[in-house]
Amino acid sequence: MTLPPSLEAILTFLQNWWVEIVCGVVIVAVVPLIAGYVVLVERKLMADMQARLGPMRVGPHGLLQPIADALKLLIKEDLIPDNADKLIFWLAPVISMVAAMTSMGAIAFGPTFQVARDINIGILFVIGVSSLGLLGIILGGWASNSHYSIIGAIRSTAQLVSYETAAGLAIVGALLLAGTLRIRAIVDAQQQLGVWFIFLTPVAFFIYLVASIAETNRAPFDLPEAESELVAGYMTEYSGFRWALYFLGEYANMIVVGSVATTLFLGGWLRPFPNVHWLDWLDFLPPLIIAAVGVYCVYRAGKQPAEIQIWFMWAVALTCFAVAVIFAVPLFVTSLKFILPGLHGAFWFLLKVSGYIYLFMWLRFTLPRYRFDQLMHLGWYILIPLAIVNVLAIGVAMILESEFSWNRWFAALLTSLFTLGVAAFLVNLYDKRTAAASAPATAAARDPYAG
Amino acid sequence: MGNALQQEDTTKKNSTLLGADELVINMGPQHPSTHGVLRVKLKLDGERVRATECVIGYLHRGVEKIAEHRTYQQFAPYVDRMDYVAAVSNGLGYCETVEKLLSVEAPPRARVIRTILTELQRIASHLVWLGTHALDIGALTPLFYCFREREEILKIFEKYCGARLTTHAFRIGGLQYEAYDGFEKDVERFCKNFERRIQDYVDLLTGNSIWIGRTRNVGVLSAADCIALGASGPVLRASGVKWDLRKAQPYAAYEQYQFDIPTGTNGDTYDRYMVRMEEMRQSRLICLQAIEKIPEGPILGKVGKVLKPAAGEVYHSIEAPKGILGYYIVSDGTTQPYRVRIRPPSFVNLQALDKMVRGHLVADVVAIIGTLDIVLGEVDR
Repeated sequence: MTLPPSLEAILTFLQNWWVEIVCGVVIVAVVPLIAGYVVLVERKLMADMQARLGPMRVGPHGLLQPIADALKLLIKEDLIPDNADKLIFWLAPVISMVAAMTSMGAIAFGPTFQVARDINIGILFVIGVSSLGLLGIILGGWASNSHYSIIGAIRSTAQLVSYETAAGLAIVGALLLAGTLRIRAIVDAQQQLGVWFIFLTPVAFFIYLVASIAETNRAPFDLPEAESELVAGYMTEYSGFRWALYFLGEYANMIVVGSVATTLFLGGWLRPFPNVHWLDWLDFLPPLIIAAVGVYCVYRAGKQPAEIQIWFMWAVALTCFAVAVIFAVPLFVTSLKFILPGLHGAFWFLLKVSGYIYLFMWLRFTLPRYRFDQLMHLGWYILIPLAIVNVLAIGVAMILESEFSWNRWFAALLTSLFTLGVAAFLVNLYDKRTAAASAPATAAARDPYAG
Repeated sequence: MGNALQQEDTTKKNSTLLGADELVINMGPQHPSTHGVLRVKLKLDGERVRATECVIGYLHRGVEKIAEHRTYQQFAPYVDRMDYVAAVSNGLGYCETVEKLLSVEAPPRARVIRTILTELQRIASHLVWLGTHALDIGALTPLFYCFREREEILKIFEKYCGARLTTHAFRIGGLQYEAYDGFEKDVERFCKNFERRIQDYVDLLTGNSIWIGRTRNVGVLSAADCIALGASGPVLRASGVKWDLRKAQPYAAYEQYQFDIPTGTNGDTYDRYMVRMEEMRQSRLICLQAIEKIPEGPILGKVGKVLKPAAGEVYHSIEAPKGILGYYIVSDGTTQPYRVRIRPPSFVNLQALDKMVRGHLVADVVAIIGTLDIVLGEVDR
């Protein structure tokens, strides 16, 4: 039997790419759920820091809240303002979300979990595509035909362009050390050196941390949507599921920048001290941590007021135990040893990303918001010059190490200290500048007695 | 102030930084940080504010007119609805004014209890200000801490008179309710805790460089401007004018207690923040001094069931949390006032908005509205 050539071509395509397609579908299906639960975690953490409980009504401890939220947003009236540019209004949130999800495709969540094949421009691809999300924000703000929206869109354009530069330069620091853009190779380089890049270039990590908060529009850099000034910034006119798409894009973006930071600076899926063999017992940590969560659930189950909550806690506990067993099996069964790096790698990777996102949230609950001019000054006067100096310093350190055979640690320490000195100088300069120019630009003379 | 936009039109046409059109945006009356139903028309050059115009009156209920058709006692609950964040202070001002009109004095015990409750109310009002001000500037968490402490104060109010927000705690001539058992203990416990709690806000905000950047040199108001515009309360004191009616014209029982009047130097938002923070500490000290010795005796002075003041007029003002709160009452000898005129601090302080906002960025507008500490119920009456 012969197939028509077109069908055969499709079959060949599927044969070659089925893993990627399945992974892509999984990402599209799972990321919204994860984003929803990141929102829940954020609300719970915020509640914890603010002496309240957070969502408690839908499901035990509000665990079904994201699903209820999604449902509510889906059945909301689909509202498009009369004066909006309808096509662009419709397209903008889709662009934002698609960009975030596509960039997630190139991220390796473990030595074996990756949607796109290990493309040779991995990091560049991730940064490039996730920056496209900005287009969605600008278009959305423009198409809404609302003053608040346009101000939000302009703010976010300026902000993202500035901070993308700083983030890019910070990433260059790590890339110099790794010598490659390939995501798996970057992690492998950290394994070979036996050290996470955060310890060699702490300044670069710090710059990336600040810049990535600004890139994802999170507090204290959430000016594009500053709810107390611009109502909701570029999202002001959006409601229902279009709004949810923006929201989804934002949280997916958080996961992306967290993953990039983890890959570049925090050793990706490597456990702490991956090459130190007397610390191999650290491999037992993942199952132990998961089992500990299960034990805690059992402990809490006894204190739940309603029977259904007790059952629920037991169910969570048993799931935790089951997962812990799955994580523990390859440690003991030699024939299954080959799944160890993948399984535990994913655990460590997600743990690091979670830590990074937790830091984001913590900052959001603690800090007031920057003003627009202060934000620009911070970006252009401090972060970008510092990032450039840092790139140069890393280059110098690498030459000192390779050409003059200096100790790597000594070179890194010396250059880091130098960069920190530059940072102190820049901050000092910035303080003087703001002190000089902080008075309002056009303080109109006005006679208060004039009435 | 109403003509500000028109004046700007003729003088500064098409002179924006980039030669673009000026942008007029409408902040409010439904906006997250105009503290109620204030509407501010902003004329923007990019993000810089060229001129503002306040539109008020969305919450106008004609409180002063209502007074003309109520007896003196009947009107007392209405004043609670003006500055609903500091109802006790409003009530104190009204009751003292009518007492002045009647030429009666509240007994010492009543005056001390009034002082305690009013100072607690000042702390509560400042806590609401601090939480919302911080929220406007983007700090989410202080709001909840502030409301946690305010809750303790409201619990004391509730135990005292049954109401939490619009308390109607005082009566003309003194008090209706005796302080409940354990009143002193509750106040003392609150004051003891509050000392530690206020440190939380200091840790979160005072030294925070973003907070300082957002508030220092923002909305500067000189002492001369303050006096010319009639601004009072913390707004005035932050500009360096040491004027507090609790010291200048003591009422209730304030002359018995030791406390400082905090003042600022620059008259900017940061100074107003520092002044209000210090005022909370001072109020706490007043409460602690007052509960040490609450005199025994009656709580209600000699006033009749039917109040018929002699024809005449009276003006009395107190230092409410937001500034000078004055009542001007004209009596025609009947049971109902002929005219009541109220001088609300928020309304007068709001006049400074345009002066403070010009030349600043949009983000500063919300910071300045926050720092003025207005309550629209009081502005519109």
